[in-house]
Amino acid sequence: MAPEAKTEPTATRQAYGQALVDLGEAHEEVVALDADLAVSTQSMKFGKEYPDRFFNCGAAEAGMMSMACGLAATGKVPYASTFAIFATSRAYDQVRLGIAHNELKVRIGASHGGVSLGEDGASHQMIEDIALMRAMPKMQVVVPADYNQAYRAVIESYEGNDGPMYMRFGRPNTPIVYDDIPETLGSGVDVLREGKDISIFVCGHMVWRALEAAKTLEEEDGIEAEVVNVAIIKPLAGEAVLESLAKTGLAVTAEEHRVVGGLADAVREVAAEQHPVPVFAVGMGDEFGVSGTAEACMEHFGLTASGIIDRAREALVNKPIVSHPPIKRAGW
Amino acid sequence: MAHLKPVPDPTPPPEGGDRPSIEQLQRDATVLRINCVRMLAVAKSGHLDSSLSSADIVAALYYRVLRHDPKNPRWPERDRFVLSKGHAAPIQYAALAEHGYFPHKDLMGLRSIGSHLQGHPDMNRTPGIEVSTGSLGQGLSMSVGICLALRLDGLADTAHTFCLMSDGDCQEGESWEGAAAAAHYEIPNITAIVDYNHLQTDGTTEEVMDTGDVRAKFEAFGWDSVEIDGHDMNQVVEALERSRTLDKPAAIVAQTKKGRGVSLMEGRFGFHGKPPTPEQADQALDELEATLAEQTSSLEAAGS
Repeated sequence: MAPEAKTEPTATRQAYGQALVDLGEAHEEVVALDADLAVSTQSMKFGKEYPDRFFNCGAAEAGMMSMACGLAATGKVPYASTFAIFATSRAYDQVRLGIAHNELKVRIGASHGGVSLGEDGASHQMIEDIALMRAMPKMQVVVPADYNQAYRAVIESYEGNDGPMYMRFGRPNTPIVYDDIPETLGSGVDVLREGKDISIFVCGHMVWRALEAAKTLEEEDGIEAEVVNVAIIKPLAGEAVLESLAKTGLAVTAEEHRVVGGLADAVREVAAEQHPVPVFAVGMGDEFGVSGTAEACMEHFGLTASGIIDRAREALVNKPIVSHPPIKRAGW
Repeated sequence: MAHLKPVPDPTPPPEGGDRPSIEQLQRDATVLRINCVRMLAVAKSGHLDSSLSSADIVAALYYRVLRHDPKNPRWPERDRFVLSKGHAAPIQYAALAEHGYFPHKDLMGLRSIGSHLQGHPDMNRTPGIEVSTGSLGQGLSMSVGICLALRLDGLADTAHTFCLMSDGDCQEGESWEGAAAAAHYEIPNITAIVDYNHLQTDGTTEEVMDTGDVRAKFEAFGWDSVEIDGHDMNQVVEALERSRTLDKPAAIVAQTKKGRGVSLMEGRFGFHGKPPTPEQADQALDELEATLAEQTSSLEAAGS
């Protein structure tokens, strides 16, 4: 069945639900688990199609992750979904020992990541999940930019390697960045717009905003910003990041997440070791989320195109005059 | 008892034909205990008393109840054993070595760099380990996941999952998430055995966090639930074999003594996570070897 690309703003969690159904049809060993949020995470679609292979665990995320471990250890490919906050902070120990330590092929579908979950507020807004999952040994971390890329990410998660994977999806309808469903995520580092003055490394709900920011920077400042969508944050394709850094000599990162431990630090690790250039970050500071509509929350924390523009202008003022050649590291 | 299924024969059958007798199993448990003392004396690290309290249950499982094949640890139809109280790893390692899952000499590498015998069970390093454990509370939910997969594979009537828990496990909230899930999904092929030895790191369970009537708790969660003397081999074997004939999740609360079989630590507080000193190990081995000699000679007398 040919997957149907979206053109109108759509939530990435919708892609999770649709791709899960398609995987379920193609592969009998695919099973899904949820913790009483199946309607929200969209795993209920799978549950309706394949009730024998769907396990609602109730509001018991720890038990769900351990059950996913048991299923994977017995030959199934479990997709376990809940909100990002419960998938990571509540069930960290279960994900860590039962799934990551065992290097089991479990896919965690974490919906409602970031502050754009909106009205439910700080108790539900997960803003350090990428940091937690990036620090966890063996865990892969994927944050797709839109519905179309998210669909491909889920399909590829089945075909991909056997280790564990954390995938972050969002609640609100989000503008489409990829015209079609991409054939692959490739290295996970995708240059969406070429530029020579500054690199904008970005993921998830911030990608379309970065494209808008780049347009404004061109129109108002005559700046050519390179927009790089980093959908696979771990393992990071460092060479691709380095290539853009070497070209522009300056970077801004933008993520719906704390500015520590996430995309910003992933890029900074490459820059600090191999091409020390300023890397400015757009994201959440040392603070928790608040209640509001999705868009109001994003604006409240400066997670907008204008937030990226402000940071890029600040970076450009501080751009070093002398540029050193990057250090090539063995192993890439 | 309604809904009883016949006890399946162990497949492949144990070498030598008949299933081991109760007396043989008692001797087997002593062999496992001796292995544990030796391992811990060499490793100078680990949980000896927690391993000793489980010895009779583990012996009954590995020598008689479990359908397993050491030559083919991943045999799809095997019964699964999940050690939720992962700190008792030495007793499982001893049983695995005695059955030839890996060379007996490996036991002496316990907890040291380069050994596959980690401080807590590791499924990717040690043959015969189903899932890695060691963080209390996870084993029962893992076992439920295993059973759900077995059901999808059409093996629910053949392959049984035995999960050995501690009283500390029963203090972890996640254990009760697993208990609820097993009842909700009407899992017929799961047995939870609680090695209820009443001692934990900081004191008695009654002092630290009273786990109360664990048997009644499992029953309230919809399980078949019985309480036995976890050192009475007749009761242990009967409860385990009966549990696999039921059509619902089965709990066996085994009243045990921590450090069982070694008088200097039996039922006494203060040995959790503490390896024996060389003198204590000597004393323990003297005692266990005397027990073994006694059990061996009475078996020989009965056999002659």
